[in-house]
Amino acid sequence: MFSPARAWREFPQRYRLEAARCTECGKVLYPPRLICPECGGRDFATEVLPRDGTVVTYTVIRVPPAGFTEQTPLPIALVELVNGVRLMVQIADVADPESLEIGMPVRLEFRRVSWDGEAGVIFYGHKAVRATG
Amino acid sequence: MTVGIVGYGAFIPRRRIKLEEIAKVWGADAPAYKRGLQLFEKSVPGADEDTVTMSVEASRNALARSGGVDPALIGALYIGSESHPYAVKPSGTIVAEAIGAVPALHVADLEFACKAGTESLFIAQALVKAGEVEYAIGIGADTSQGAPGDALEYSAAAGAAAFIFGRDPGRLLAEVVDTYSWTTDTPDFWRREYMHYPRHGSRFTGEPAYFRHSMSSARGMMEKAGLEPKDFAHAIFHQPNGKFPKRVGKMLGFTDAQLETGWLSPWLGNTYSGASPVGFTAVLDIASPGDLVLLTSFGSGAGSDSFVFRVTDRINEVRDLAPRTRPQLDENKIYLEYGAYAKLRGKIRMAE
Repeated sequence: MFSPARAWREFPQRYRLEAARCTECGKVLYPPRLICPECGGRDFATEVLPRDGTVVTYTVIRVPPAGFTEQTPLPIALVELVNGVRLMVQIADVADPESLEIGMPVRLEFRRVSWDGEAGVIFYGHKAVRATG
Repeated sequence: MTVGIVGYGAFIPRRRIKLEEIAKVWGADAPAYKRGLQLFEKSVPGADEDTVTMSVEASRNALARSGGVDPALIGALYIGSESHPYAVKPSGTIVAEAIGAVPALHVADLEFACKAGTESLFIAQALVKAGEVEYAIGIGADTSQGAPGDALEYSAAAGAAAFIFGRDPGRLLAEVVDTYSWTTDTPDFWRREYMHYPRHGSRFTGEPAYFRHSMSSARGMMEKAGLEPKDFAHAIFHQPNGKFPKRVGKMLGFTDAQLETGWLSPWLGNTYSGASPVGFTAVLDIASPGDLVLLTSFGSGAGSDSFVFRVTDRINEVRDLAPRTRPQLDENKIYLEYGAYAKLRGKIRMAE
């Protein structure tokens, strides 16, 4: 479970999908990093990620860690967004895990990611849902 | 100065439960409930959906229809709900952070049973009209709860609607023609602190509460604006069930054709603070330029806010820039059995 302070530090990337574009080589990093793994650059511009993508691969967790037990089964996917950036996210609104498939078009929606019991803080972020229309 | 809506959006969760599924658990007569309340199914929030998440998605849909309003220019954000995720800690700050409206803005969470959503609209448009802010966003959202087996369990549902108000003539999609509110102290429905479920005055919630306030507010609004029911293309009333909004509309002199588009409760349930605002988004989805629209909410306790809007030409350019409301209601549904519903709504006692 995150601390409220750690969650707060990550609000820009978790709430608004703010990535870092390396001003040297143009690589887009999500989550943002201090040093570009591509060129070693240390100068970045903020870039908001698109919310549409496809599932590259996925797994379904049946025994999730603390903070996620109410969301069992918990599908986790590697999603490639339309700009090529890949991120690891939960898949939400899955009636039947058997219906998930590689290549499935998804859209990122704002959801509760986890919560610290009944009395603790609620952590928000994005999850992938099957895209329609 | 003309003030109006520059962007609107709705969000409806995908999960549903049918009235029969609830009735069979409690031994209730489903056909009688369906006839009496005119309810068939209702939306159910997932474990990861709440007033904040639905408000963020509805607000993003409103921004998508705003013609590129810079979120940083939104000077005020209000969320009306009776199901804010925290008892102490605002919902509005999370929504403002997520849509990029922080930090130079005023935020408040509002509460007034089912009327809190239109309160946020009322305050937002008034601040823009006063020239205090460039843009203001008003949101109505709820993941309302009914006690297991209570009549409210058949209707308490989840949904959100968001409206961005501004005065830039090039962006207005519906002008605010006039507003009127009618309020008294009427204890027809309440929830005390630390209580999970609300209580209500059963039939007392009808005549002295819903009908008296809705009728007085709508009549006062039409009188103030010099308008009659026949002048409106659409009218939306609060929707605690399927029956009341149709009945109050007919009593005021509106026809089925005027009431039909905004009447979502038979398939959506009562989304409390989101109810009449979500109905209004369904009307904007199909409204024609020049249409006059009456929006009348009702909140127990009790009060009723009325608005007259005039739809502009811009509606045709923006309505398809975000998901429409009726398809969100009719498509991609996930039906739940009562057990899964009880789990999602926190009705099962878990280990500490």
